[in-house]
Amino acid sequence: MMRFIEGSLAVSDAVRMCRPDVVSAYPITPQTHIVESLAEMVANCTLDAEYITVESEFSALSACLGAVAAGSRAYSATSSQGLALMFEVCFNLAGMRLPMVMTIANRAISAPLSIWNDQQDSISLRDSGWLQFYAEDNQEAADLHYLAYKVAEDQKILLPAMVCFDGFILSHTYEPVDMPTQEEVDAYLPKFNPCQRLDAKDPISFGMFAFPEYYMEFRYAIDQALQQSREKIREAGKEFKEKFGRDYSALVEGYRLEDAETVLVAMGSLCGTAKDAIDEMRGAGRKVGLLKIRTYRPFPGEEVAAALKGAKRVAVLDKNISLGSKGAVGLEVKDVLYGSGIPVLDYIVGLGGRDMRKRDIERIVTLAEKGEGDLFYGLREEVA
Amino acid sequence: MALSVGCTAKPGKSRGNRTGAWRVFKPAFKHNKCTKCGLCAMVCPEGCIIEQEDEFMIPDYDYCKGCGLCAEECPAEDIEMVKEEK
Repeated sequence: MMRFIEGSLAVSDAVRMCRPDVVSAYPITPQTHIVESLAEMVANCTLDAEYITVESEFSALSACLGAVAAGSRAYSATSSQGLALMFEVCFNLAGMRLPMVMTIANRAISAPLSIWNDQQDSISLRDSGWLQFYAEDNQEAADLHYLAYKVAEDQKILLPAMVCFDGFILSHTYEPVDMPTQEEVDAYLPKFNPCQRLDAKDPISFGMFAFPEYYMEFRYAIDQALQQSREKIREAGKEFKEKFGRDYSALVEGYRLEDAETVLVAMGSLCGTAKDAIDEMRGAGRKVGLLKIRTYRPFPGEEVAAALKGAKRVAVLDKNISLGSKGAVGLEVKDVLYGSGIPVLDYIVGLGGRDMRKRDIERIVTLAEKGEGDLFYGLREEVA
Repeated sequence: MALSVGCTAKPGKSRGNRTGAWRVFKPAFKHNKCTKCGLCAMVCPEGCIIEQEDEFMIPDYDYCKGCGLCAEECPAEDIEMVKEEK
């Protein structure tokens, strides 16, 4: 059913229909509405789950870790500093091969303090072994939760997943979102069937000590699971299309890529602005297209390479900066296109809530056409 | 240890953890000047030096971490630390 709904509430309602057994979260702007809404559902008995209130994000994710180890489906949500505080637990969930889903309402990281949007928080956890999905709009943000649980809990994958959507830009914005029924979600997402769990009658410990002779093999196993999850995401996306009509069978999405000379690459809500800007530029005869990356981990290298092979130049829009290097998406795209001769220009944009408008996208395309890239876009004059 | 999903383990003893792999120098018990005093077994922090039937001491190399305390303390200077090539 189509509903006109705030992004956070679309996400919390999607989570409700995923039937989590345990929800543990600590409120932080701009994630707050999601967990407020879930707490209300539990209090009103419209969601049959344990809602564990905790004193910090570290405890929230630790509670989820224990819940998944005991065989429950768990859910959490956070932003920015909250995710930073979860750093250690994030690696533990992946290493213990405990699948769960966590929503990230993307927000800049302190210092300086900023409650506004960029994607530095989740990008900083890119090496933790979690799957990472980035939503362009609230429809996608809601849908990716059903898909994320399905992929994460697959017996061959068994890894946690982050569904990232831009704080405020999506989380606090009302959009029409097609919400499925509980029956439809139940038909798509089976019950969590843990391959091993905490059981007092048959005790087991998770994430034990590994000797130098074994540690690398455990890390290799996580990497292999993440590499193999690409195929599982395609399968789950295909089934999603069959059941709900929206196609997530590819890890990337091309927009007006045919004969495009300059191809923009972006993640998240920026893609919507870029599509409008591209329509205007196409109208003016400029051959511009967009490659949206929906799945950042695992990185869809082959799909990115195939989509960009006809481009004359690639302009990557990064809402993050790996300080001392470049933007995280730019680095990946440069790696994928290494040896192709196609120039990849990286632009750091929109940090800490700096607005990105259609005219900015157009200016970046102009910069790319001139070969000017690998820079922070739109800096104030004072910095010079 | 074994390669289990999520590095899980059933309850057990730490004897399964063969810490001998940490060793760089291996104590060679020469049994030339050894007086069978047993001081090496007493100072061994790992408790892995075991008295044999003939009363000579031999370390269990599965657990000896190569700390060298036995060689340092041996009154007969009959234990030599030898660089171990792996």
